[in-house]
Amino acid sequence: MAQRHVNAAIIGSGAGGGVVAKELATAGLSVVLLERGKWYSAADCRKDDLFNQRTQVLGAKFGPDEERDPRVAVDDQGRETVVFPSDGGYSNNAACVGGGTFSYGAMAWRFHEKDFRMRSTYGAVEGSTLDDWPISYADLEPYYEKAEWEMGVSGDVAPDPFKSPRNKPLPMPPLAPNREYKILHPAAKRLGLHPFDIPMLRNTVPYNGRRACMRCRWCVGFACELSARTGTHNTVIPAALATGNCELRTGCMVKEIVLDGTGKATGAAYFDANDRLQQQSADLVIVCGGAVESARLLLNTRHKLFPDGLGNRTGWVGRNLQSHSYASAIGLFEQETYDDLGPGASIAVCDFSHGNTGLVGGGMIANEFIRLPYQFLGLVPPWVSGWGNEHKEFVANAYRRTIAVMGPAQEMPLADARVQLDPKVKDHWGIPVARLSGTRHPHTIEIARFLAGKCELWLKEAGAAQTWKRAPGKSLSGGQHQAGTCRMGADPKTSVVDKDCRIHDVDNVYVIDASVHVTNGGFNPALTILANAYRTSANLLKTWKGTRVQS
Amino acid sequence: MTAKPAGVPRRTLLAMGVSAAAASCGGPKSSGAWRFFTDGEARTAEAISAQLIPSGPLPGAREAGVVNYIDLQLSRRFRKHQQAYRAGLANADEVSRKQAGKPFCELASDQQIAVLNTLEENAKPFFQLILAHTRQGFYGDPRHGGNRNMVSWKMVGLPFPQVRGREQYGDPEKS
Repeated sequence: MAQRHVNAAIIGSGAGGGVVAKELATAGLSVVLLERGKWYSAADCRKDDLFNQRTQVLGAKFGPDEERDPRVAVDDQGRETVVFPSDGGYSNNAACVGGGTFSYGAMAWRFHEKDFRMRSTYGAVEGSTLDDWPISYADLEPYYEKAEWEMGVSGDVAPDPFKSPRNKPLPMPPLAPNREYKILHPAAKRLGLHPFDIPMLRNTVPYNGRRACMRCRWCVGFACELSARTGTHNTVIPAALATGNCELRTGCMVKEIVLDGTGKATGAAYFDANDRLQQQSADLVIVCGGAVESARLLLNTRHKLFPDGLGNRTGWVGRNLQSHSYASAIGLFEQETYDDLGPGASIAVCDFSHGNTGLVGGGMIANEFIRLPYQFLGLVPPWVSGWGNEHKEFVANAYRRTIAVMGPAQEMPLADARVQLDPKVKDHWGIPVARLSGTRHPHTIEIARFLAGKCELWLKEAGAAQTWKRAPGKSLSGGQHQAGTCRMGADPKTSVVDKDCRIHDVDNVYVIDASVHVTNGGFNPALTILANAYRTSANLLKTWKGTRVQS
Repeated sequence: MTAKPAGVPRRTLLAMGVSAAAASCGGPKSSGAWRFFTDGEARTAEAISAQLIPSGPLPGAREAGVVNYIDLQLSRRFRKHQQAYRAGLANADEVSRKQAGKPFCELASDQQIAVLNTLEENAKPFFQLILAHTRQGFYGDPRHGGNRNMVSWKMVGLPFPQVRGREQYGDPEKS
């Protein structure tokens, strides 16, 4: 069934799509925002420690649907497994209005100048497709600021000497220090490091008509019960709807982008909430589904001009899947360290983001989010038996006396870390599913191990009686910080979209999410996705010559 | 033949609302009360969980009702694991008979531990499955059928329910 024509069909309402919807609708364009998931609210917090987005043993609370959305994961031995959203290897990110920003921890990092210039800074890395972004930090700076002020970021980055130049401070102060902060701050100073308050998309004072964080323990992975944590679902998307120019349709799974005989996009075909096939005609199609689903949608869009998928003439769609390789150390203290104050994560250092001898980049390190008892089991050291009295007694004695420090190692992208279409497995709607394959670059693992060592040093200096380290293995990276599969670049031979995030192949299709990240920084990527969405929306509006259609 | 938790006096068990029979092979529920398990399977599953997270001065998997969590989830989210449990529990009893001549729940504690060491080695997927589910049923939210009386949360010293809003209205250090 055909829907009324609009200026822009935006596919996915996460960090990228939410911002684009608001910017375009505010400028007077008619917009339809298609989201495959639901629109949850603060009332969906539920405080269920086994059924949320962080701990998925009873399912991924905010999607995707456990039964309808399989993928195929291929391990380094070539073994294929059909995986579902709550399985390891699925690379899940929430499928709901707000996407990952609905239930994330909300760290709001700006990448550093060097993060956009990895190839120029460090040179080529063997086996990696490491490259520079086609834009610089300076291009993004005004939009980082816009995201920080329009959506609302708290924290205090002033004491961080490694940050890249900025024009304005953050609009909100940090939360009062928790106990971990008070233990880790002086220790970092003694080590000559430069600790500061983590920037977060989290109200610490009333801001934008929403309340301040009440510091409960149901934070990352849960709906914020106060809506004090900030995502696109409680900022830009309501703003887009308030213009009267944007219609949000939930439960809509896009099948393919519709192309005319010349290869130009004319809209999107999707299954609505009742599984009926619909057609949304639009001047512009903007793909914001996240690194796995955006790549899958382009690959599922076949045309005689693009037999291997839209944007994929040179075979780059779906390559360079990357995320972050989290390295950590855990310290057991004599004294209590747990104070039951969310969000827990409070203090960071950027001393190891760059300039580490022999390493290409590095990563920020910070203390971990607050831990529920079940989550704590993941921190039990390897020398403690997995069962019996020893395990139980360790948990009983250590739960309130541990601190975890961790950091996202910046990854070396690999052409063979890929999203492809599976030739056999289809989803509930009969659409070929994503097939994930590949590994991590060995140097990524070296960087992670280095960061784990720094985390451990910090904990030892803070007085930990015992410490132990964690670093990832070589299995494929992905998950919430997924990025890289529709690389942004000047050269159509080695990228999928141009610096304005328009597909090289077709002039009215854009990809605006973390898929376009050339590299993914040594930071949580949310603020960079938001800033880039503001930037590309501005550029799109500057060049757009279409006729505004009333929706 | 009882698997009575070591170190827990009878009056403590009674105070926890657990009868002596419930802590033995008699099974924690009357016949036919299970959603998925047979009575025999429930006894074996409970005895295994009670070794994975033992009772002691503080309650363990048995008092937390972990087997109830597993049974409930096997009829919901964990339907896909039903066959693994059917076969895995039968195998546990078979190994028990081979090693010590009796089904798992009738063995002495040290014999049960020996059987679990065998299973951890030779039946790893099932051992890891029931270990994961036992942990979930013990440490997870009581709404899912385990962690009765929030015993594990009390064990780790987690105040519950958390008093909300204290950042603005109270001193967190004193709560």
